[in-house]
Amino acid sequence: MKQLLILSGKGGTGKTTIASAFIKLADAKAYADCDVDAPNLHLITGWSVKPAKTDCYGLPKAEIDPELCIKCDQCRQNCRFDAISIDEKYKVDPFACEGCGVCEYVCPVEAITMKPAVAGELMLYSDGEKVFSTAQLKMGSGTSGMLVNEVKKQMKAAAADAELAIIDGSPGIGCPVIASLSGVDMVLIVAEPSISGISDMERIINTAAKFGTKTAVCINKYDTNIENTEKIEEFCKKQGLPFIGRIPFDLGAVKAINNGQTIVDIDCTSGIAVKEVYHKTMNLLFEKGGG
Amino acid sequence: MRIAVLSGKGGTGKTLVSVNLAAAAKASTYIDCDVEEPNGHLFFKPEGIQEEEISVKIPKVDHELCNGCRKCVDLCNFNALAYIKNKLIVFDDVCHSCGGCILVCPVRALTEKAKVIGKVQKGVSGEVAVWTGVLNTGEATGIPIIKKLLEESSEVNKQTFIDCPPGSACIVMESIKDADYCILVAEPTLFGVHNLNMVYELVKLFNKPFGVLLNKCLEGENPAEKFCLEKNIKILGRIPFDNELGTLNSNAKIAVNRNEKYRELFSSLLNKVTKEVQHETTTNP
Ligand code: SF4
Ligand code: SF4
Ligand code: SF4
Ligand code: SF4
Repeated sequence: MKQLLILSGKGGTGKTTIASAFIKLADAKAYADCDVDAPNLHLITGWSVKPAKTDCYGLPKAEIDPELCIKCDQCRQNCRFDAISIDEKYKVDPFACEGCGVCEYVCPVEAITMKPAVAGELMLYSDGEKVFSTAQLKMGSGTSGMLVNEVKKQMKAAAADAELAIIDGSPGIGCPVIASLSGVDMVLIVAEPSISGISDMERIINTAAKFGTKTAVCINKYDTNIENTEKIEEFCKKQGLPFIGRIPFDLGAVKAINNGQTIVDIDCTSGIAVKEVYHKTMNLLFEKGGG
Repeated sequence: MRIAVLSGKGGTGKTLVSVNLAAAAKASTYIDCDVEEPNGHLFFKPEGIQEEEISVKIPKVDHELCNGCRKCVDLCNFNALAYIKNKLIVFDDVCHSCGGCILVCPVRALTEKAKVIGKVQKGVSGEVAVWTGVLNTGEATGIPIIKKLLEESSEVNKQTFIDCPPGSACIVMESIKDADYCILVAEPTLFGVHNLNMVYELVKLFNKPFGVLLNKCLEGENPAEKFCLEKNIKILGRIPFDNELGTLNSNAKIAVNRNEKYRELFSSLLNKVTKEVQHETTTNP
């Protein structure tokens, strides 16, 4: 299975819009949304079947039994995440607790136990022919990297024979992105022609380079700032990164999305441009000796 | 007064709003907590920058002392330690700096060393103090940097605008913890509503007073506005979709400093938010 990951450094560049168009164009048999923090892909990939849902457990959280606690303060002093406070009783803030288990270890009277905690919900859509793997991180859970791994694992297990998998990545450069990068064959970066967009793009390119993953760049909404578009192309040339297309800003795209459609479902300028980007991406992804 | 600006996702205009509010407030502090992609400094171009490295503590092994008991390996819930081929190995990138391994080692073979994960930059731009957190690429979490930024800013008694990271995960919660008010920025699309819903759940969970600012408003239907009306959420204002604003923003220019029209827009938004905060503090002291 060749895996294509679509990333943007930051959200709002139209990453999901482009991913959904690619899925449609490739008639992809396997795809995933790794933006577990704010998944959007399910809104436009038109599944009528209900997904199979599984709870995903992260690290456990500490819990203090006030009956047993002798208020020795050991746990509070040793918790590096300031998760334990005293308010008559000793208690753990579940949002701050990282589940390290240090408090459990230091407590002299075994008043602390580590309780399993749901980190999020995995969802798998499948109709016998196609699979779509996605997840929603539970509010306030810190383990998004782990959930991203599960989303990819679930997709691979459900569609082992698929030739191509398209993965909508997570924004940023932190742990979920690192998790979404591992094991993919190619990264397509969707850049935005703004000063901020360029700064984000450079950061994500550096991150991808650490993994040695093949990387190509395209620009969305290129005509909102031609000058910056040229800067990005120049940058790619200097870095030796394949630059594979400009997609124009298009109100038609907003309309398509609001109707739950992809931009290649309707006749619009961004849809035409994305087709070319798609073909170039596939050529790079499947080129001989690549990957 | 500490105002956090958030959005379910990046690209909705969070930085546009927080930068322009800080600029409209004049004597204020702007804090960029979007440590993975800090962009506010590109607009403010702060001067006189002072930098401070932020580090976390990770374990260091003295292989002479280590007897291979693996107590530390068993304790580490993050699988950051492994005992392979008679040698203890630390995986720096997954270590959460909990300090547990050091506590548990019976022969004191583990000590701590500092590992730099990023930095905090403080500068000024006109009357605005501009603080930025920067996470080094390849590091897993920016929470220690955000903690540092917010801890120090709580000592400054000025209007403070916190540009939060996108999303609603742990790092966002850290950023809004001490905020007096939250502004949720939303786009008029189906995606926008979905993202707005998530930060809406988050501010409710934390019991924060909040309002929604509708950005990139177009003619015609606005799913985000509909959402607010249905849920009875306060709409603080509307920023129209506007090429001029878009161009200023994409060139990292501060709109309120460039055009009277935007100065009025953001000043009146600021007034509105200030009133909201005062109202909140009198009704929920
Ligand atoms: S498990 Fe770790 S983070 Fe959680 S309360 Fe205990 S010491 Fe603190
Ligand atoms: S370490 Fe145990 S006994 Fe001591 S304060 Fe914490 S919970 Fe109570
Ligand atoms: S400090 Fe904590 S997370 Fe890091 S290696 Fe030690 S036990 Fe593991
Ligand atoms: S606990 Fe100490 S002695 Fe035991 S394996 Fe770890 S470092 Fe070595």
